[in-house]
Amino acid sequence: MGIELQNITKTFGEYKAIDNLSLSIPSGDLIALLGPSGCGKTTLLRIIAGLELADSGKIILENKDTTNLPPREKNVGFVFQHYALFRRLTVFENVAFGLKVLPFRQRPARKEIRERVEHLLKLVQMDWALKRYPSQLSGGQRQRVALARALAVNPRVLLLDEPFSALDAKVRQELRRWLRKLHDEIHVTSIFVTHDQEEALELADKIVVINKGRIEQQGTPQEVYDHPVNAFVYNFLGNVNVFHGRIKNGKVSLGNHHLDAPDELKNVEEKTSQTFIRPHEIGISRIRSNANDLEGTIREVRLQGGQIGLNIECEGLDGAIEAEVPRELFVNLQLAKGVLVFVTINRVRVFTGDYEI
Amino acid sequence: MALFQTKRRNILPGFGLSMGYTVFYLSAIVIVPLSMIFFHTIPMGWEPFVNAVTAPRVLASYRLSFSTAFFAAIFDAFAGLLTAWVLVRYRFPGKGLLDALVDLPFALPTAVAGICFATLYSPMGWFGQILAHWNLQIINTPTGIVIALIFIGFPFVVRTIQPVLEEVEQEIEEAAHCLGATRWQTFRKILLPHLFPALLTGVTLAFARGIGEYGSVIFIAGNLPMKTEIAPLMIMSKLDQFDYAGASAVALVLLCISFSMLLLLNAVQEWQQKEYNS
Repeated sequence: MGIELQNITKTFGEYKAIDNLSLSIPSGDLIALLGPSGCGKTTLLRIIAGLELADSGKIILENKDTTNLPPREKNVGFVFQHYALFRRLTVFENVAFGLKVLPFRQRPARKEIRERVEHLLKLVQMDWALKRYPSQLSGGQRQRVALARALAVNPRVLLLDEPFSALDAKVRQELRRWLRKLHDEIHVTSIFVTHDQEEALELADKIVVINKGRIEQQGTPQEVYDHPVNAFVYNFLGNVNVFHGRIKNGKVSLGNHHLDAPDELKNVEEKTSQTFIRPHEIGISRIRSNANDLEGTIREVRLQGGQIGLNIECEGLDGAIEAEVPRELFVNLQLAKGVLVFVTINRVRVFTGDYEI
Repeated sequence: MALFQTKRRNILPGFGLSMGYTVFYLSAIVIVPLSMIFFHTIPMGWEPFVNAVTAPRVLASYRLSFSTAFFAAIFDAFAGLLTAWVLVRYRFPGKGLLDALVDLPFALPTAVAGICFATLYSPMGWFGQILAHWNLQIINTPTGIVIALIFIGFPFVVRTIQPVLEEVEQEIEEAAHCLGATRWQTFRKILLPHLFPALLTGVTLAFARGIGEYGSVIFIAGNLPMKTEIAPLMIMSKLDQFDYAGASAVALVLLCISFSMLLLLNAVQEWQQKEYNS
């Protein structure tokens, strides 16, 4: 195992940041810790790095118990949200820092340090900036230098704390792809923390969804997205319409309408329910194609790149429904504000009981 | 019509007015009064001037003033850094009180400080008695002068470092620890270079203040000719003897040396800053 956490608990005063959390990550994986702000994901990352001490639990990195080691003996690469580069040192000196502070016996020769730093900077495509100072670089460039610096000490594991959140959208996306590629080359067990589900879905081998200091679900992006285990995970991974109602006799109420309940809920007794519908799993047409179609009026049209977002007010439904249609369909159907449409619900997820989000 | 547009537009308005005000203010408060020293010295003629400022007693006083101010400033660098560190990094009861105490040397009439030191280090005083056991004497020696100047210069160093130290993000140190640096390595390689410009400013101020300090020093120095006479005292004693030209000659040299040192230190600082912020 690359990283093994056993029953980690951490409280700040009354507040339970991490609640008896256990997690195993195979060597060489790239894992996303995904959760809303304040869910404890950054705290967990800091505990692994030794920057924060857990109240109880064990941390095993590459089969070595590092629970009580101080950060400098853990040999963990940490990349900070705001880069945390050393302002008074050049790019070269920043990356070489971890090697130069090694005890004399372990310290590589000057020439070796130079070669290693140059190699790493080439890897992150920053070899042209050896002599620059951090203030002369853009945010994306700084973060790449920070990554090279973290990798310089051959860390057991690499931890990234919202590494791209301070960057603008375009650079963020570029760096994301680039990090994925880099990870495929170097294979160091890595965890990155994010609150951006898109980033987690695109980048990670495996996603760990965290809420209130506990793991809600873990699995591949596909698993987590297609089979969320509960309302929280469903809601957190992407946009969603939520309708509160009741489930009764194999039918789920959706305002005044009734839909067939999913198979596993066919036989439950009467209960409160929450129905989740993804905006892109809604069909729109100008003519009624199905007896179950809802009738509605478009209230709002939003351009979202290749997709068009529609806000539709449906009869017998409290609250509007959000739908996404491809641009082509939007044009072909001549949709616009105020147009009457029929709404087909292709796929729903129903969770019973009151789940707080 | 570009030919006539010689005036460059500045984004910040009011450059002319504020610059004019600054020049006027500095002239009225600093340059004009200090130029009096210059005009007072000119009628003296070259030879008497050289004789006045190269008299052995005067040269000895320059040496003493600059060396004691230098050592005091160096000591303040360490003591001030440590104090600023404690005030910024730790929380403890009485921190506010300690913080206020730092400024006391600013507020106190320096003569009061001088009298206190003289009492404390006199052979009968608390410290003087103890030091007498090892045959150590502070009063009437350059060491005494250094002690007084340390006291005077201390707040300058603390107050210039404090805000810069407060600015250092915790993440910078965490990053260094994660990379395997010990606390000492983090301090020496990361924090100290970061604090250095502020430290240099503080030390410069303490040094400059030490050269000009009069009140606190004369009580503890004993003012022995050739041994513990500081330059400002030379000026005072010349004035006492109604040798106004001689006094201004000594003052002029003191002024020139101090000013060139301040210029030099400012240049060093600017050069330091330039490298990181392009």
